[in-house]
Amino acid sequence: MNELNIKELERTASQVRRDIVRMVHGASSGHPGGSLGCTDFLVALYFKIMNRKVGFDPDGIGEDLFFLSNGHISPVWYSVLARAGYFEKAELSTFRKIDSRLQGHPATEEGLPGIRVASGSLGQGLSVACGAAQAKKLNNDPHLIYTLMGDGELEEGQVWEAAMYAAHHKIDNIIATVDYNGQQIDGPTEEVMSLGDLKAKWEAFGWEVISSKGNDMANLLQQLEVAKALTGKGKPILNLMHTEMGYGVDFMVGTHKWHGIAPNDEQLTDALNQLEETLGDY
Amino acid sequence: MTKYSYTEKQDTRSGFGEGLAELGRTNPNVVALCADLVGSLKMQTFIDENPDRFFQVGIAEANMMGLAAGMTIGGKIPFTGTFANFSTGRVYDQIRQSIAYSEKNVKICASHAGLTLGEDGATHQILEDMGMMKMLPNMTVINPCDFNQTKAATIAIAKHHGPVYLRFGRPKVPIFTPKDQKFEIGKALHLVEGTDVTIFATGHLVWEAIEAEAALAEMGIQAEVINIHTIKPLDVKAILASVAKTGCVVTAEEHQMNGGLGDSIAQTLALHHPAPLEMVAVKDTFGESGKPDELMKKYGIDAAHIIAAAKKVIQRK
Repeated sequence: MNELNIKELERTASQVRRDIVRMVHGASSGHPGGSLGCTDFLVALYFKIMNRKVGFDPDGIGEDLFFLSNGHISPVWYSVLARAGYFEKAELSTFRKIDSRLQGHPATEEGLPGIRVASGSLGQGLSVACGAAQAKKLNNDPHLIYTLMGDGELEEGQVWEAAMYAAHHKIDNIIATVDYNGQQIDGPTEEVMSLGDLKAKWEAFGWEVISSKGNDMANLLQQLEVAKALTGKGKPILNLMHTEMGYGVDFMVGTHKWHGIAPNDEQLTDALNQLEETLGDY
Repeated sequence: MTKYSYTEKQDTRSGFGEGLAELGRTNPNVVALCADLVGSLKMQTFIDENPDRFFQVGIAEANMMGLAAGMTIGGKIPFTGTFANFSTGRVYDQIRQSIAYSEKNVKICASHAGLTLGEDGATHQILEDMGMMKMLPNMTVINPCDFNQTKAATIAIAKHHGPVYLRFGRPKVPIFTPKDQKFEIGKALHLVEGTDVTIFATGHLVWEAIEAEAALAEMGIQAEVINIHTIKPLDVKAILASVAKTGCVVTAEEHQMNGGLGDSIAQTLALHHPAPLEMVAVKDTFGESGKPDELMKKYGIDAAHIIAAAKKVIQRK
Protein backbone atom coordinates (compact mmCIF):
# COMPACT_ATOMS: atom_id res chain seq x y z
CA MET A 1 0.00 0.00 0.00
CA ASN A 2 1.01 3.61 -0.45
CA GLU A 3 2.46 5.13 2.67
CA LEU A 4 1.44 8.67 3.43
CA ASN A 5 3.79 11.45 4.50
CA ILE A 6 3.28 13.42 7.69
CA LYS A 7 1.25 16.14 6.02
CA GLU A 8 -1.05 13.60 4.40
CA LEU A 9 -1.43 11.74 7.67
CA GLU A 10 -2.42 14.95 9.44
CA ARG A 11 -4.96 15.69 6.72
CA THR A 12 -6.39 12.19 7.13
CA ALA A 13 -6.57 12.74 10.89
CA SER A 14 -8.55 15.93 10.34
CA GLN A 15 -11.10 14.04 8.26
CA VAL A 16 -11.30 11.26 10.86
CA ARG A 17 -11.99 13.84 13.57
CA ARG A 18 -14.81 15.25 11.44
CA ASP A 19 -16.20 11.73 11.09
CA ILE A 20 -16.02 11.22 14.86
CA VAL A 21 -17.98 14.31 15.84
CA ARG A 22 -20.51 13.76 13.06
CA MET A 23 -21.02 10.09 14.02
CA VAL A 24 -21.48 10.86 17.70
CA HIS A 25 -23.79 13.75 16.87
CA GLY A 26 -25.77 11.55 14.48
CA ALA A 27 -26.21 8.86 17.12
CA SER A 28 -26.83 11.38 19.92
CA SER A 29 -24.47 9.19 21.95
CA GLY A 30 -20.96 7.80 21.95
CA HIS A 31 -17.51 8.75 23.16
CA PRO A 32 -15.87 11.65 21.34
CA GLY A 33 -13.18 12.58 23.90
CA GLY A 34 -10.94 9.51 23.78
CA SER A 35 -11.69 9.06 20.07
CA LEU A 36 -10.35 12.52 19.22
CA GLY A 37 -7.32 12.02 21.46
CA CYS A 38 -6.35 8.73 19.78
CA THR A 39 -7.06 9.80 16.20
CA ASP A 40 -3.44 10.51 15.29
CA PHE A 41 -2.34 7.15 16.72
CA LEU A 42 -4.86 5.10 14.76
CA VAL A 43 -4.20 7.05 11.57
CA ALA A 44 -0.46 6.47 12.02
CA LEU A 45 -0.99 2.76 12.61
CA TYR A 46 -3.30 2.04 9.70
CA PHE A 47 -1.76 4.38 7.12
CA LYS A 48 1.93 4.11 7.95
CA ILE A 49 3.09 1.76 10.70
CA MET A 50 1.21 -1.50 10.29
CA ASN A 51 2.00 -3.99 7.57
CA ARG A 52 -1.50 -4.83 6.39
CA LYS A 53 -2.88 -7.07 3.70
CA VAL A 54 -5.50 -5.78 1.30
CA GLY A 55 -8.98 -6.81 2.47
CA PHE A 56 -9.98 -8.43 5.72
CA ASP A 57 -8.80 -11.87 6.80
CA PRO A 58 -10.21 -12.73 10.24
CA ASP A 59 -7.23 -15.01 10.96
CA GLY A 60 -4.83 -12.23 10.01
CA ILE A 61 -2.00 -14.54 9.01
CA GLY A 62 0.87 -12.72 7.31
CA GLU A 63 0.01 -9.23 8.51
CA ASP A 64 0.22 -6.99 11.57
CA LEU A 65 -2.94 -6.91 13.70
CA PHE A 66 -4.51 -4.28 15.93
CA PHE A 67 -6.77 -4.88 18.94
CA LEU A 68 -8.72 -2.06 20.59
CA SER A 69 -9.16 -2.78 24.28
CA ASN A 70 -10.91 0.47 25.24
CA GLY A 71 -13.78 -0.30 22.90
CA HIS A 72 -15.76 2.82 23.76
CA ILE A 73 -13.56 4.84 21.39
CA SER A 74 -15.13 2.89 18.54
CA PRO A 75 -15.88 6.06 16.50
CA VAL A 76 -12.22 6.65 15.74
CA TRP A 77 -11.62 2.99 14.87
CA TYR A 78 -14.66 2.78 12.61
CA SER A 79 -13.68 5.95 10.80
CA VAL A 80 -10.10 4.79 10.30
CA LEU A 81 -11.24 1.34 9.13
CA ALA A 82 -13.60 2.93 6.60
CA ARG A 83 -11.00 5.40 5.41
CA ALA A 84 -8.48 2.55 5.11
CA GLY A 85 -10.88 0.69 2.84
CA TYR A 86 -12.32 -2.06 5.04
CA PHE A 87 -15.89 -0.89 4.30
CA GLU A 88 -17.69 2.01 2.62
CA LYS A 89 -17.48 5.33 4.44
CA ALA A 90 -21.24 5.81 3.93
CA GLU A 91 -21.79 3.10 6.53
CA LEU A 92 -20.37 5.42 9.21
CA SER A 93 -23.79 7.12 9.26
CA THR A 94 -25.29 3.96 10.79
CA PHE A 95 -23.15 4.18 13.96
CA ARG A 96 -25.11 3.04 17.05
CA LYS A 97 -28.36 2.73 15.07
CA ILE A 98 -30.63 -0.28 14.74
CA ASP A 99 -29.51 -3.00 12.28
CA SER A 100 -26.01 -1.50 12.00
CA ARG A 101 -22.68 -3.32 11.85
CA LEU A 102 -21.23 -0.34 13.74
CA GLN A 103 -22.26 -1.29 17.26
CA GLY A 104 -21.79 1.11 20.15
CA HIS A 105 -18.78 -0.97 21.13
CA PRO A 106 -16.86 -3.06 18.57
CA ALA A 107 -18.30 -6.49 17.88
CA THR A 108 -17.79 -9.40 15.52
CA GLU A 109 -21.34 -10.71 15.40
CA GLU A 110 -22.51 -8.36 12.63
CA GLY A 111 -19.39 -9.13 10.61
CA LEU A 112 -17.85 -5.66 10.34
CA PRO A 113 -14.54 -6.08 8.47
CA GLY A 114 -11.50 -5.14 10.53
CA ILE A 115 -12.76 -6.36 13.91
CA ARG A 116 -11.61 -9.67 15.36
CA VAL A 117 -12.91 -9.58 18.92
CA ALA A 118 -15.53 -7.65 20.86
CA SER A 119 -14.39 -5.05 23.38
CA GLY A 120 -16.07 -2.58 25.67
CA SER A 121 -15.99 -4.28 29.02
CA LEU A 122 -12.56 -2.99 29.96
CA GLY A 123 -9.32 -4.75 30.78
CA GLN A 124 -9.60 -7.69 28.38
CA GLY A 125 -7.79 -6.52 25.26
CA LEU A 126 -4.21 -7.01 26.41
CA SER A 127 -4.93 -10.67 27.23
CA VAL A 128 -6.47 -11.21 23.80
CA ALA A 129 -3.57 -9.42 22.12
CA CYS A 130 -1.03 -11.58 24.00
CA GLY A 131 -2.88 -14.70 22.86
CA ALA A 132 -2.86 -13.49 19.26
CA ALA A 133 0.86 -12.70 19.58
CA GLN A 134 1.57 -16.24 20.76
CA ALA A 135 -0.54 -17.64 17.92
CA LYS A 136 1.70 -15.68 15.52
CA LYS A 137 4.75 -17.31 17.06
CA LEU A 138 3.16 -20.77 16.80
CA ASN A 139 2.42 -20.06 13.14
CA ASN A 140 5.98 -18.79 12.51
CA ASP A 141 4.42 -15.52 11.40
CA PRO A 142 6.91 -12.68 12.00
CA HIS A 143 4.28 -9.92 12.02
CA LEU A 144 3.44 -7.78 15.03
CA ILE A 145 0.47 -7.30 17.33
CA TYR A 146 -0.59 -3.78 18.32
CA THR A 147 -3.09 -2.95 21.01
CA LEU A 148 -4.46 0.18 22.67
CA MET A 149 -5.75 0.60 26.22
CA GLY A 150 -7.04 3.58 28.14
CA ASP A 151 -5.14 4.81 31.18
CA GLY A 152 -8.22 4.53 33.39
CA GLU A 153 -8.51 0.97 32.07
CA LEU A 154 -5.29 0.13 33.89
CA GLU A 155 -7.38 0.09 37.06
CA GLU A 156 -8.68 -3.31 35.90
CA GLY A 157 -6.70 -6.15 37.49
CA GLN A 158 -6.73 -8.33 34.38
CA VAL A 159 -4.40 -5.88 32.65
CA TRP A 160 -1.71 -6.67 35.20
CA GLU A 161 -2.30 -10.41 34.91
CA ALA A 162 -1.60 -10.05 31.21
CA ALA A 163 1.38 -7.78 31.84
CA MET A 164 2.97 -10.38 34.11
CA TYR A 165 2.22 -13.15 31.62
CA ALA A 166 3.66 -11.33 28.61
CA ALA A 167 6.99 -10.74 30.32
CA HIS A 168 7.20 -14.29 31.70
CA HIS A 169 6.51 -15.80 28.29
CA LYS A 170 8.81 -13.31 26.50
CA ILE A 171 6.10 -12.10 24.15
CA ASP A 172 8.32 -9.73 22.19
CA ASN A 173 6.11 -9.35 19.13
CA ILE A 174 3.60 -7.05 20.83
CA ILE A 175 3.51 -3.26 21.07
CA ALA A 176 0.89 -2.18 23.61
CA THR A 177 -0.03 1.48 23.84
CA VAL A 178 -1.62 3.27 26.78
CA ASP A 179 -3.67 6.37 25.98
CA TYR A 180 -2.27 8.46 28.81
CA ASN A 181 -4.70 11.39 28.86
CA GLY A 182 -5.21 11.50 32.61
CA GLN A 183 -9.01 11.50 32.33
CA GLN A 184 -11.76 9.00 32.96
CA ILE A 185 -15.55 9.23 33.19
CA ASP A 186 -15.80 10.48 36.73
CA GLY A 187 -12.90 12.93 36.52
CA PRO A 188 -9.11 13.16 36.32
CA THR A 189 -7.46 9.80 36.99
CA GLU A 190 -5.45 11.33 39.80
CA GLU A 191 -8.72 12.06 41.61
CA VAL A 192 -10.63 8.91 40.70
CA MET A 193 -7.80 6.41 41.17
CA SER A 194 -4.25 7.63 41.00
CA LEU A 195 -2.16 5.62 38.56
CA GLY A 196 1.21 6.35 40.16
CA ASP A 197 4.40 6.03 38.17
CA LEU A 198 3.20 4.11 35.13
CA LYS A 199 6.63 3.87 33.54
CA ALA A 200 8.08 2.33 36.68
CA LYS A 201 5.12 0.01 37.06
CA TRP A 202 5.37 -1.41 33.55
CA GLU A 203 9.14 -1.69 33.83
CA ALA A 204 8.75 -3.52 37.12
CA PHE A 205 6.45 -5.95 35.32
CA GLY A 206 9.24 -6.65 32.85
CA TRP A 207 8.25 -4.50 29.89
CA GLU A 208 10.39 -2.27 27.70
CA VAL A 209 8.77 1.16 28.05
CA ILE A 210 8.93 4.07 25.64
CA SER A 211 6.91 7.27 25.64
CA SER A 212 5.40 9.27 22.80
CA LYS A 213 3.41 12.40 22.09
CA GLY A 214 0.17 11.06 20.77
CA ASN A 215 -1.06 14.29 19.22
CA ASP A 216 2.22 15.08 17.45
CA MET A 217 2.33 13.03 14.25
CA ALA A 218 6.07 13.41 13.70
CA ASN A 219 6.93 12.34 17.23
CA LEU A 220 4.40 9.53 17.14
CA LEU A 221 5.81 8.05 13.94
CA GLN A 222 9.35 8.33 15.25
CA GLN A 223 8.49 6.63 18.56
CA LEU A 224 6.48 3.87 16.94
CA GLU A 225 9.51 3.11 14.78
CA VAL A 226 11.58 2.99 17.98
CA ALA A 227 9.04 0.56 19.41
CA LYS A 228 9.22 -1.65 16.32
CA ALA A 229 13.01 -1.73 16.57
CA LEU A 230 12.69 -2.98 20.15
CA THR A 231 10.60 -6.01 19.19
CA GLY A 232 12.18 -9.45 18.93
CA LYS A 233 14.48 -8.88 21.90
CA GLY A 234 12.70 -11.01 24.49
CA LYS A 235 10.56 -8.32 26.08
CA PRO A 236 7.08 -6.93 25.41
CA ILE A 237 6.94 -3.23 24.45
CA LEU A 238 4.79 -0.60 26.14
CA ASN A 239 4.21 2.79 24.53
CA LEU A 240 3.12 5.34 27.11
CA MET A 241 1.36 7.75 24.78
CA HIS A 242 0.60 11.20 26.12
CA THR A 243 -2.56 12.61 24.56
CA GLU A 244 -5.22 15.17 25.27
CA MET A 245 -8.76 13.92 25.50
CA GLY A 246 -10.85 15.76 22.91
CA TYR A 247 -7.82 16.96 20.92
CA GLY A 248 -8.72 19.01 17.85
CA VAL A 249 -11.93 20.56 19.14
CA ASP A 250 -11.26 23.48 21.48
CA PHE A 251 -14.28 23.12 23.72
CA MET A 252 -13.75 19.36 24.15
CA VAL A 253 -10.03 19.30 24.82
CA GLY A 254 -8.45 18.33 28.10
CA THR A 255 -11.57 17.50 30.08
CA HIS A 256 -13.36 14.33 31.08
CA LYS A 257 -16.69 16.09 30.45
CA TRP A 258 -16.63 15.03 26.78
CA HIS A 259 -15.71 11.44 27.55
CA GLY A 260 -19.12 10.07 26.73
CA ILE A 261 -21.58 12.70 25.53
CA ALA A 262 -22.63 13.91 22.07
CA PRO A 263 -22.50 17.50 20.77
CA ASN A 264 -25.74 19.29 19.94
CA ASP A 265 -26.32 20.91 16.52
CA GLU A 266 -24.65 24.16 17.46
CA GLN A 267 -21.66 22.44 19.03
CA LEU A 268 -21.32 20.22 15.96
CA THR A 269 -21.11 23.27 13.70
CA ASP A 270 -18.55 24.82 16.01
CA ALA A 271 -16.47 21.61 16.01
CA LEU A 272 -16.61 21.14 12.24
CA ASN A 273 -15.48 24.73 11.70
CA GLN A 274 -12.26 23.75 13.47
CA LEU A 275 -11.63 20.59 11.40
CA GLU A 276 -10.83 20.80 7.72
CA GLU A 277 -12.74 18.49 5.40
CA THR A 278 -9.88 16.87 3.51
CA LEU A 279 -11.18 13.59 2.07
CA GLY A 280 -14.90 14.25 1.74
CA ASP A 281 -17.44 13.68 4.52
CA TYR A 282 -19.39 10.44 4.52
CA MET B 1 -30.34 -56.37 38.28
CA THR B 2 -29.02 -53.44 36.29
CA LYS B 3 -28.50 -53.73 32.55
CA TYR B 4 -25.16 -51.96 32.98
CA SER B 5 -22.16 -53.08 34.95
CA TYR B 6 -18.63 -51.96 35.56
CA THR B 7 -15.35 -53.47 36.53
CA GLU B 8 -13.41 -50.30 37.07
CA LYS B 9 -13.85 -46.82 38.45
CA GLN B 10 -11.98 -43.81 37.16
CA ASP B 11 -12.29 -40.04 37.43
CA THR B 12 -13.82 -38.17 34.49
CA ARG B 13 -10.96 -35.63 34.62
CA SER B 14 -8.60 -38.45 33.66
CA GLY B 15 -10.81 -39.07 30.65
CA PHE B 16 -10.26 -35.42 29.74
CA GLY B 17 -6.51 -35.84 30.18
CA GLU B 18 -6.43 -38.85 27.87
CA GLY B 19 -8.61 -37.13 25.30
CA LEU B 20 -6.42 -34.06 25.33
CA ALA B 21 -3.30 -36.20 24.95
CA GLU B 22 -4.82 -37.90 21.93
CA LEU B 23 -5.72 -34.53 20.41
CA GLY B 24 -2.11 -33.48 20.92
CA ARG B 25 -1.04 -36.39 18.73
CA THR B 26 -3.69 -35.95 16.05
CA ASN B 27 -4.49 -32.24 15.74
CA PRO B 28 -1.55 -29.81 15.46
CA ASN B 29 -3.84 -26.81 16.01
CA VAL B 30 -4.86 -27.87 19.51
CA VAL B 31 -3.13 -25.85 22.23
CA ALA B 32 -3.66 -26.02 25.98
CA LEU B 33 -3.60 -23.45 28.76
CA CYS B 34 -3.74 -24.05 32.49
CA ALA B 35 -4.05 -21.80 35.53
CA ASP B 36 -1.72 -23.63 37.93
CA LEU B 37 -3.71 -26.88 38.12
CA VAL B 38 -1.89 -29.16 35.69
CA GLY B 39 -1.97 -32.17 38.00
CA SER B 40 -5.62 -31.79 38.94
CA LEU B 41 -6.63 -31.47 35.29
CA LYS B 42 -4.46 -34.42 34.20
CA MET B 43 -2.77 -32.36 31.49
CA GLN B 44 0.79 -33.62 32.02
CA THR B 45 0.86 -36.09 29.12
CA PHE B 46 -0.16 -33.40 26.65
CA ILE B 47 2.49 -31.08 28.11
CA ASP B 48 5.23 -33.72 27.96
CA GLU B 49 4.43 -34.55 24.36
CA ASN B 50 3.75 -30.99 23.17
CA PRO B 51 5.71 -28.54 25.33
CA ASP B 52 5.51 -25.81 22.68
CA ARG B 53 1.74 -26.01 22.56
CA PHE B 54 1.18 -25.66 26.31
CA PHE B 55 0.91 -22.31 28.11
CA GLN B 56 1.15 -22.06 31.89
CA VAL B 57 -0.84 -19.00 32.89
CA GLY B 58 -0.41 -19.05 36.64
CA ILE B 59 -3.28 -18.17 38.97
CA ALA B 60 -4.87 -15.72 36.56
CA GLU B 61 -8.00 -17.20 35.06
CA ALA B 62 -9.34 -13.95 33.58
CA ASN B 63 -6.14 -13.56 31.60
CA MET B 64 -6.35 -17.21 30.54
CA MET B 65 -9.76 -16.70 28.93
CA GLY B 66 -8.55 -13.62 27.04
CA LEU B 67 -5.38 -15.39 25.91
CA ALA B 68 -7.42 -18.33 24.64
CA ALA B 69 -9.70 -15.98 22.68
CA GLY B 70 -6.65 -14.35 21.11
CA MET B 71 -5.00 -17.65 20.21
CA THR B 72 -7.98 -18.62 18.05
CA ILE B 73 -7.02 -15.77 15.72
CA GLY B 74 -4.71 -17.60 13.38
CA GLY B 75 -6.47 -20.94 13.67
CA LYS B 76 -5.44 -22.45 16.99
CA ILE B 77 -7.97 -24.41 19.07
CA PRO B 78 -7.29 -23.53 22.72
CA PHE B 79 -8.35 -25.83 25.58
CA THR B 80 -8.33 -24.04 28.94
CA GLY B 81 -8.03 -26.06 32.12
CA THR B 82 -8.95 -25.14 35.66
CA PHE B 83 -11.63 -25.98 38.24
CA ALA B 84 -15.25 -25.42 37.19
CA ASN B 85 -15.61 -22.61 39.71
CA PHE B 86 -12.68 -20.68 38.23
CA SER B 87 -13.75 -21.60 34.69
CA THR B 88 -17.11 -19.88 34.96
CA GLY B 89 -18.16 -17.61 37.82
CA ARG B 90 -14.75 -16.09 38.26
CA VAL B 91 -14.41 -15.24 34.58
CA TYR B 92 -17.97 -14.81 33.39
CA ASP B 93 -17.50 -11.44 31.76
CA GLN B 94 -14.29 -12.52 30.01
CA ILE B 95 -16.10 -15.54 28.57
CA ARG B 96 -19.14 -13.48 27.70
CA GLN B 97 -17.35 -10.74 25.77
CA SER B 98 -14.08 -12.19 24.49
CA ILE B 99 -15.30 -15.75 23.77
CA ALA B 100 -19.08 -16.16 23.45
CA TYR B 101 -20.05 -12.80 21.93
CA SER B 102 -16.87 -12.84 19.84
CA GLU B 103 -17.68 -16.37 18.62
CA LYS B 104 -14.23 -17.69 19.47
CA ASN B 105 -13.33 -21.36 19.09
CA VAL B 106 -12.30 -21.86 22.72
CA LYS B 107 -12.89 -25.06 24.70
CA ILE B 108 -13.40 -24.27 28.39
CA CYS B 109 -12.57 -27.50 30.22
CA ALA B 110 -13.73 -27.50 33.80
CA SER B 111 -12.87 -30.06 36.44
CA HIS B 112 -13.96 -30.57 40.05
CA ALA B 113 -17.52 -29.50 39.28
CA GLY B 114 -20.23 -29.90 41.87
CA LEU B 115 -20.46 -31.36 45.36
CA THR B 116 -18.27 -34.38 44.61
CA LEU B 117 -15.18 -32.20 44.78
CA GLY B 118 -15.72 -33.10 48.43
CA GLU B 119 -13.58 -31.98 51.31
CA ASP B 120 -12.57 -28.57 49.89
CA GLY B 121 -16.07 -27.36 50.62
CA ALA B 122 -18.51 -24.86 49.18
CA THR B 123 -15.97 -22.25 48.04
CA HIS B 124 -14.91 -24.69 45.33
CA GLN B 125 -18.10 -26.74 44.85
CA ILE B 126 -19.70 -24.78 42.05
CA LEU B 127 -23.32 -25.77 41.42
CA GLU B 128 -24.28 -22.87 39.15
CA ASP B 129 -21.82 -23.31 36.30
CA MET B 130 -24.04 -25.02 33.74
CA GLY B 131 -26.70 -22.38 34.30
CA MET B 132 -24.27 -19.54 33.70
CA MET B 133 -22.81 -21.17 30.63
CA LYS B 134 -26.08 -22.24 29.02
CA MET B 135 -27.42 -18.70 29.24
CA LEU B 136 -24.67 -17.43 26.95
CA PRO B 137 -25.62 -17.30 23.27
CA ASN B 138 -23.23 -19.31 21.04
CA MET B 139 -22.12 -21.53 23.95
CA THR B 140 -22.36 -25.33 23.85
CA VAL B 141 -22.55 -27.04 27.28
CA ILE B 142 -21.48 -30.66 27.79
CA ASN B 143 -21.48 -32.76 30.98
CA PRO B 144 -20.34 -36.34 30.27
CA CYS B 145 -21.00 -39.20 32.68
CA ASP B 146 -17.87 -41.35 32.94
CA PHE B 147 -14.22 -41.68 31.96
CA ASN B 148 -14.85 -43.09 28.47
CA GLN B 149 -17.49 -40.56 27.60
CA THR B 150 -15.41 -37.65 28.86
CA LYS B 151 -12.51 -38.78 26.70
CA ALA B 152 -14.77 -39.09 23.66
CA ALA B 153 -16.36 -35.70 24.33
CA THR B 154 -12.95 -34.04 24.65
CA ILE B 155 -11.96 -35.37 21.25
CA ALA B 156 -15.31 -34.46 19.71
CA ILE B 157 -15.35 -30.83 20.77
CA ALA B 158 -12.12 -30.13 18.88
CA LYS B 159 -14.02 -30.86 15.67
CA HIS B 160 -16.90 -28.56 16.62
CA HIS B 161 -16.28 -24.93 15.67
CA GLY B 162 -17.41 -22.57 18.42
CA PRO B 163 -17.15 -22.04 22.16
CA VAL B 164 -17.76 -25.10 24.33
CA TYR B 165 -18.04 -25.58 28.09
CA LEU B 166 -16.97 -29.13 29.00
CA ARG B 167 -17.71 -30.06 32.62
CA PHE B 168 -16.27 -33.01 34.51
CA GLY B 169 -15.35 -34.03 38.02
CA ARG B 170 -12.89 -35.19 40.61
CA PRO B 171 -14.02 -38.53 42.12
CA LYS B 172 -13.58 -42.00 40.69
CA VAL B 173 -16.92 -43.17 39.29
CA PRO B 174 -17.98 -46.36 37.47
CA ILE B 175 -16.91 -46.73 33.85
CA PHE B 176 -19.96 -48.17 32.08
CA THR B 177 -20.03 -46.61 28.61
CA PRO B 178 -18.10 -48.13 25.68
CA LYS B 179 -14.38 -47.55 25.35
CA ASP B 180 -14.26 -46.21 21.82
CA GLN B 181 -17.65 -44.56 21.58
CA LYS B 182 -18.58 -41.96 19.04
CA PHE B 183 -19.61 -38.79 20.82
CA GLU B 184 -22.30 -36.79 19.08
CA ILE B 185 -22.83 -33.30 20.53
CA GLY B 186 -26.49 -32.62 21.25
CA LYS B 187 -27.60 -36.25 20.91
CA ALA B 188 -29.36 -37.77 23.93
CA LEU B 189 -28.47 -41.39 24.65
CA HIS B 190 -31.15 -43.94 25.53
CA LEU B 191 -29.64 -46.22 28.17
CA VAL B 192 -32.75 -48.11 29.32
CA GLU B 193 -36.15 -48.35 27.67
CA GLY B 194 -39.18 -47.98 29.92
CA THR B 195 -42.83 -46.96 29.94
CA ASP B 196 -43.72 -45.61 33.39
CA VAL B 197 -41.39 -42.66 33.91
CA THR B 198 -38.43 -41.05 32.12
CA ILE B 199 -35.29 -40.27 34.09
CA PHE B 200 -33.17 -37.65 32.33
CA ALA B 201 -29.76 -37.62 33.99
CA THR B 202 -26.45 -35.89 33.33
CA GLY B 203 -22.86 -36.24 34.53
CA HIS B 204 -22.24 -38.25 37.68
CA LEU B 205 -25.99 -38.70 38.16
CA VAL B 206 -26.29 -40.97 35.12
CA TRP B 207 -24.86 -43.93 37.05
CA GLU B 208 -27.13 -43.10 39.99
CA ALA B 209 -30.06 -43.16 37.55
CA ILE B 210 -29.03 -46.59 36.31
CA GLU B 211 -28.94 -47.92 39.86
CA ALA B 212 -32.30 -46.30 40.57
CA GLU B 213 -33.79 -47.90 37.46
CA ALA B 214 -32.73 -51.36 38.62
CA ALA B 215 -34.29 -50.81 42.04
CA LEU B 216 -37.49 -49.42 40.50
CA ALA B 217 -37.72 -52.47 38.21
CA GLU B 218 -37.72 -54.72 41.25
CA MET B 219 -40.71 -52.71 42.49
CA GLY B 220 -42.45 -53.25 39.17
CA ILE B 221 -41.81 -49.75 37.79
CA GLN B 222 -40.35 -49.60 34.28
CA ALA B 223 -38.22 -46.48 34.11
CA GLU B 224 -36.67 -45.13 30.94
CA VAL B 225 -33.15 -43.74 31.46
CA ILE B 226 -31.73 -41.15 29.10
CA ASN B 227 -28.26 -39.65 29.35
CA ILE B 228 -28.39 -35.95 28.52
CA HIS B 229 -24.66 -35.33 28.13
CA THR B 230 -25.28 -32.14 26.17
CA ILE B 231 -27.19 -29.56 28.18
CA LYS B 232 -27.10 -27.13 25.28
CA PRO B 233 -28.18 -27.63 22.55
CA LEU B 234 -30.78 -29.82 24.21
CA ASP B 235 -32.08 -32.86 22.31
CA VAL B 236 -35.69 -31.65 22.42
CA LYS B 237 -36.88 -34.27 19.95
CA ALA B 238 -35.63 -37.19 22.03
CA ILE B 239 -37.00 -35.66 25.23
CA LEU B 240 -40.48 -35.13 23.81
CA ALA B 241 -40.57 -38.60 22.25
CA SER B 242 -39.79 -40.20 25.59
CA VAL B 243 -42.28 -38.10 27.55
CA ALA B 244 -44.99 -38.90 25.01
CA LYS B 245 -44.44 -42.54 25.95
CA THR B 246 -44.00 -42.32 29.74
CA GLY B 247 -46.03 -39.24 30.65
CA CYS B 248 -43.85 -38.08 33.55
CA VAL B 249 -40.28 -37.06 34.20
CA VAL B 250 -37.49 -37.08 36.77
CA THR B 251 -34.34 -35.03 36.12
CA ALA B 252 -31.10 -35.77 37.95
CA GLU B 253 -27.97 -33.67 38.11
CA GLU B 254 -25.15 -32.46 40.34
CA HIS B 255 -26.14 -28.81 40.01
CA GLN B 256 -28.50 -26.23 41.40
CA MET B 257 -32.12 -26.80 40.51
CA ASN B 258 -32.14 -23.20 39.28
CA GLY B 259 -30.39 -23.09 35.94
CA GLY B 260 -29.56 -26.75 35.52
CA LEU B 261 -30.76 -29.65 33.36
CA GLY B 262 -34.08 -29.85 35.21
CA ASP B 263 -34.70 -26.21 34.47
CA SER B 264 -34.04 -26.77 30.75
CA ILE B 265 -36.30 -29.82 30.64
CA ALA B 266 -39.05 -27.99 32.54
CA GLN B 267 -38.92 -25.25 29.94
CA THR B 268 -39.11 -27.79 27.14
CA LEU B 269 -42.10 -29.54 28.72
CA ALA B 270 -43.92 -26.30 29.50
CA LEU B 271 -43.51 -25.12 25.92
CA HIS B 272 -44.29 -28.36 24.09
CA HIS B 273 -45.76 -31.10 26.28
CA PRO B 274 -46.73 -30.25 29.86
CA ALA B 275 -46.16 -33.26 32.12
CA PRO B 276 -45.43 -33.90 35.82
CA LEU B 277 -41.78 -33.33 36.67
CA GLU B 278 -39.63 -33.90 39.76
CA MET B 279 -36.10 -32.53 39.96
CA VAL B 280 -33.24 -34.28 41.72
CA ALA B 281 -30.83 -31.39 42.16
CA VAL B 282 -29.41 -29.15 44.85
CA LYS B 283 -32.18 -26.97 46.23
CA ASP B 284 -30.84 -23.42 46.42
CA THR B 285 -28.16 -24.03 49.02
CA PHE B 286 -24.36 -24.07 49.07
CA GLY B 287 -22.53 -27.32 49.77
CA GLU B 288 -20.04 -28.12 52.55
CA SER B 289 -17.00 -30.26 53.29
CA GLY B 290 -17.43 -34.02 53.32
CA LYS B 291 -16.95 -37.18 51.31
CA PRO B 292 -18.61 -37.22 47.88
CA ASP B 293 -21.10 -39.99 48.70
CA GLU B 294 -21.98 -38.36 52.02
CA LEU B 295 -22.61 -35.06 50.27
CA MET B 296 -24.72 -36.59 47.51
CA LYS B 297 -26.88 -38.27 50.12
CA LYS B 298 -27.22 -35.21 52.35
CA TYR B 299 -28.01 -32.84 49.46
CA GLY B 300 -30.46 -35.22 47.85
CA ILE B 301 -28.77 -36.15 44.60
CA ASP B 302 -28.23 -39.93 44.75
CA ALA B 303 -30.04 -43.05 43.54
CA ALA B 304 -32.29 -43.15 46.61
CA HIS B 305 -33.58 -39.67 45.86
CA ILE B 306 -34.14 -40.55 42.20
CA ILE B 307 -36.20 -43.57 43.29
CA ALA B 308 -38.30 -41.43 45.63
CA ALA B 309 -38.78 -38.78 42.94
CA ALA B 310 -39.85 -41.41 40.39
CA LYS B 311 -42.46 -42.88 42.72
CA LYS B 312 -43.76 -39.42 43.54
CA VAL B 313 -43.98 -38.21 39.96
CA ILE B 314 -45.83 -41.34 38.82
CA GLN B 315 -48.48 -40.56 41.45
CA ARG B 316 -48.91 -37.11 39.90
CA LYS B 317 -49.75 -38.46 36.43
